[in-house]
Amino acid sequence: MFVHVKDVTRTFGGVKALDGISLAVKRGEVHGLIGPNGAGKTTLINVLSGIIAPSSGEVILDNSPVQTLPAYKLAARGVARTFQNIRLFPAMTCLENVIAGQHLVALRPFFPRLFCLPSAGRQEKEHRRQAMDCLARVGIESKAHFPARALSYGERRRLEIARALASRPRLLLLDEPVAGMRQQEVEQVGSLIQSLAAEGMTILLIEHNMSFVMGLCATITVLNFGRTLVTGNPNQVSRHPEVIEAYLGASENNA
Amino acid sequence: MEALCQFFAIYGSLVNFIGINALLALSLYLTMAAGQLSLGSAAFAGIGGYTAGILTMKLGVPFLLSVAAGSILSGLVGLIIGLPVLRLRGVFLAIATLSFGEVVRIAVLNLDITGGAQGLVGIPNLTKTWGIYLALAVAGYTIARLRHSRIGWCFESIREDETAASAMGINTTYYKTLSFVLGAILAGFAGGLYAHLNYIITPREFGFSVAVDLLIFNIVGGIRVWYGPVLGAVLLTALPEILRGTGVTAGPIRMALNGLILLLVILFLPNGLVSIFGRTGQEREKAPVDAVPEEG
Ligand SMILES: Nc1ncnc2c1ncn2[C@@H]1O[C@H](COP(=O)(O)OP(=O)(O)OP(=O)(O)O)[C@@H](O)[C@H]1O
Ligand SMILES: [Mg+2]
Repeated sequence: MFVHVKDVTRTFGGVKALDGISLAVKRGEVHGLIGPNGAGKTTLINVLSGIIAPSSGEVILDNSPVQTLPAYKLAARGVARTFQNIRLFPAMTCLENVIAGQHLVALRPFFPRLFCLPSAGRQEKEHRRQAMDCLARVGIESKAHFPARALSYGERRRLEIARALASRPRLLLLDEPVAGMRQQEVEQVGSLIQSLAAEGMTILLIEHNMSFVMGLCATITVLNFGRTLVTGNPNQVSRHPEVIEAYLGASENNA
Repeated sequence: MEALCQFFAIYGSLVNFIGINALLALSLYLTMAAGQLSLGSAAFAGIGGYTAGILTMKLGVPFLLSVAAGSILSGLVGLIIGLPVLRLRGVFLAIATLSFGEVVRIAVLNLDITGGAQGLVGIPNLTKTWGIYLALAVAGYTIARLRHSRIGWCFESIREDETAASAMGINTTYYKTLSFVLGAILAGFAGGLYAHLNYIITPREFGFSVAVDLLIFNIVGGIRVWYGPVLGAVLLTALPEILRGTGVTAGPIRMALNGLILLLVILFLPNGLVSIFGRTGQEREKAPVDAVPEEG
């Protein structure tokens, strides 16, 4: 198992956002995380990416415990993520967003830059090229020189994925990657995720769009009230009576 | 040549003062580049100024060495203050740094070695105009090159979104502290140069109103590029003198004038005066007219 969440709890005041949750994600799989609003999906991703610490429990990443690590150290272990409410660098251009996202893989030392050494120029060019590749991968290379805040909603989500890819992560956490997207964009992102998984990246994604999740994920975990309700392949999950009651029935209208 | 000498006889001290203010504005810029709002730069200049002044005056330490020592001490204090204080955000950080400035001012007022309210008197005049502007050129160039280096990208990312920055691997505590310490070092250095200009320094010269002025220089000039704060410092330091030249005594209304300029800039040029010349944030915001969804 690449990711192993063991009996994790997280409380906010009196609210138990995570209530003894356990979860395992295989290396290289696309794993879906679904559940009704407030089930604790985002909180779980916040714990996995180190944005918040669990109140108790253990998180194992690639065989080592990481539950006490801050976000930047988890990122260095190969975890990248996007945010449900989209957190771009709004004043930077799209290209600059991705170049900033290369932090972990680009050294960019100061002194060669200070003295304008040719090596600094070459490196910068190479980094720009790689950043353009990331933008092309999510299909927004034509917007490279637009400020991030000028993008459409769907483009912002895709730019956030491009920025996450810039650090060449091993585990990609996507919090509602296709929310608010048009169907064509949804399909683009779907095939992007498939090709990333085919390259060996492990992907854990939250999504309310059921056809997207069912079509893409090998394994799906359903959360409810901070606990795991059921884990299984799309077929098993969609037939599970409790799931139908807790989730699928309720979201039939807004899917 | 004679005209130049005459100009210098009249405006020499203004030219020096502009250079010092530009250096101080840049020191605050370093901290603001990482999104941290500090009102402590004047106090760091005070630490550097008093340290350097005392060293040359009372211990006979060579000029450059004492300025460097003041700068380093200021940086160390910045490190000690920065680590706890930078956990705060926005206005709370501003208040914490402001209190730090008051602590420094009161300490200087009450210590014997600093000369109390009368000030430190008898500092040798060793700072030369060319020295100030050499320092300004080096600082400006270095800060310009900082952009798009590893440190520069980290500062910019943290300023834009601290949570996202940490999620993509940036040790935000480290880089925020670095921005604070670098700012303190430069402010301490400028303070040391300033101390050796006028025989005397007093606690008032490093007080709250100076800290606010430095913030105004940054906002009026613009904090998206390094020359913004320099521009703000030059214009707002020279303005009262220019007005005096035309017959208006701007001394008493200087604060009101700065306030008015600040207000106008915030209202009409939110990215500062630098956005008047071309390719800065302001223009880029307006550029994409076809940013609406293209298909579907
Ligand atoms: N930072 C926080 N402070 C306080 N309460 C929080 C915080 N984050 C989450 N919660 C609470 O924890 C619970 C779970 O929230 P979470 O965001 O994880 O749900 P979710 O499954 O992502 O829901 P949605 O589908 O609406 O995004 C909610 O009751 C929420 O109010
Ligand atoms: Mg959520």
